[in-house]
Amino acid sequence: MIMEKLSDAGERTVGQSPVRSSPSGNRPAPPPRTGEPAPDGGLAVAARDFSFWYGKTQALDSITLDVPVRRVSALIGPSGCGKSTFLRSINRMNDLIPDTRHEGEILLDGSAVYSSGRDVVELRKRVGMVFQKSNPFPKSIYENVAYGPRVNRLVSSRGDMDALVEESLRQAALWDEVKDRLDRSALGLSGGQQQRLCIARALAVSPEVILMDEPASALDPIATQKIEELIHELKDRYTILIVTHNMQQAARVSDFTAFFFMGRLIEIGKTEEIFTNPRQEQTEAYITGRFG
Amino acid sequence: MNTSTLGRPVDTDEKASALRRRRNRFNRIMLTLTGVCAVVVVVPLLLIFYYLMVAGAGSINLDFFTQLPAPVGEPGGGMANALLGTMFLVLLAGAIGIPIAVGAGVFLAEDGRSPLATVVRFTADVMNGIPSIVVGIFVWAWVVVWMGRFSLLAGGIALAVMLIPMVTRTTEEMVRLVPKELREGGVALGFTRWRTTLGIVLPAARSGILTGVLVALARIAGETAPLLFTAFGNPFWEWRLNEPISALPLLIYQYAISPYDEWHRLAWAAALVLIGLVLAVSLASRFLIRNPYRQR
Repeated sequence: MIMEKLSDAGERTVGQSPVRSSPSGNRPAPPPRTGEPAPDGGLAVAARDFSFWYGKTQALDSITLDVPVRRVSALIGPSGCGKSTFLRSINRMNDLIPDTRHEGEILLDGSAVYSSGRDVVELRKRVGMVFQKSNPFPKSIYENVAYGPRVNRLVSSRGDMDALVEESLRQAALWDEVKDRLDRSALGLSGGQQQRLCIARALAVSPEVILMDEPASALDPIATQKIEELIHELKDRYTILIVTHNMQQAARVSDFTAFFFMGRLIEIGKTEEIFTNPRQEQTEAYITGRFG
Repeated sequence: MNTSTLGRPVDTDEKASALRRRRNRFNRIMLTLTGVCAVVVVVPLLLIFYYLMVAGAGSINLDFFTQLPAPVGEPGGGMANALLGTMFLVLLAGAIGIPIAVGAGVFLAEDGRSPLATVVRFTADVMNGIPSIVVGIFVWAWVVVWMGRFSLLAGGIALAVMLIPMVTRTTEEMVRLVPKELREGGVALGFTRWRTTLGIVLPAARSGILTGVLVALARIAGETAPLLFTAFGNPFWEWRLNEPISALPLLIYQYAISPYDEWHRLAWAAALVLIGLVLAVSLASRFLIRNPYRQR
């Protein structure tokens, strides 16, 4: 049953970006962007009994969940519950940490992320990431966006690159603020602008899935609001997973919410149901602020 | 019995304030002592500078920077060939040593837990502690004997051997200081490890590495012992790789142990110039040390 579901998902296109040039041409048309994902497919990311260890410490215990295409899914839970570890397992960022291991599988668009033949570099092009602390490269604003596409050889001409940089910055709602100073250092931007630049940088390599690890936790309320509006804009085109400590934020931006606790997935469902009528007592206790 | 406003017995208050006074006194004494130590650190440099100015400044003139050394007995003459020689030696040592050292330092920072890294790091630390005269003998035995002559090349290699462990370790430290979020940012865009290191991490560590390189160059510019049996010294103009070459520290050594007053004065002047060069490079590196993450 599950396998059927996944192979079906593999047929579908996931997160088509307007700036991608060649490889998506022969994919089927994307499903309608409103309404519920079809029950038989539309999974961007799926986890199957996924467990993860840092050395001898188990961080994730048999996580099984589905992330629908072109929706925002929020991962919530108290510190140390494993939500960031899960997020970083999807694009295998945890590979950078020595002495870790996993069991089970994570599937991207139906194919196993941890299979031995998997090209991690290619995987990370398809799964972009935005970090808690904005981390623009110590280069110009233009270069921050252009560096990824150039290294990954996504565009050939200077004009195409200019167009791609503009398109990415527009998508990240940053273009109007920086268009007159593209050659200035990205480190001169404000925290919120830096974070949107990092989003533009991720968008520029045409990912299908975007992972956001507490993207607004270091920002003031106004910058946070801009990021949230941006997430809302982007979900038409991308599948977004967001880790957040801010439950109002999860309620505001996400379609689906997963509650993690002590390395286990306690509950996952539509955000409004999780927040108004949680099935698990632990979820309700966390959401109402009784612990965590 | 008298009590204070807080209701505690007065004699306890007196004990407490006596204790407080004693602590404050002790605090002041220790602060003064460390302050004195700090001043003592600066005194030798000031004294060196003062003495070199008195003894050497008088012999510094245009000839000093443009003329060859004068033969014994003749007044005047300069050290232009030694200045040039020191420049060649330092440049050669840098050309040989910096690429190797920066590469090794990056390896240590990026793959620090591997057995090879542990061995290399330990070796670099040991090499940092090797007396420079030993480096000179080693290069003499391998390069000078093999070439059959003293040479600029041998001197450059000797200085490079001194430079490599220094720059390796500072490069490692500087690359380690680059926030891991920056590295993750590159990897998350689908960059390979070497691309992330070369394109993002190294540029971010550039000013720190450059500072380490300058400090190391200033250090080796003043080294004498490694040059004694390698570059050897030369009273004439020289620039060829396979010929002996003069250097400021060598000339200082030769002139200082000579019996001639005129040469002694020139040795002081050369020492002043050498210190001036080292100081200039150190000051230059001060300006480079600023962290790019604090620039606005």
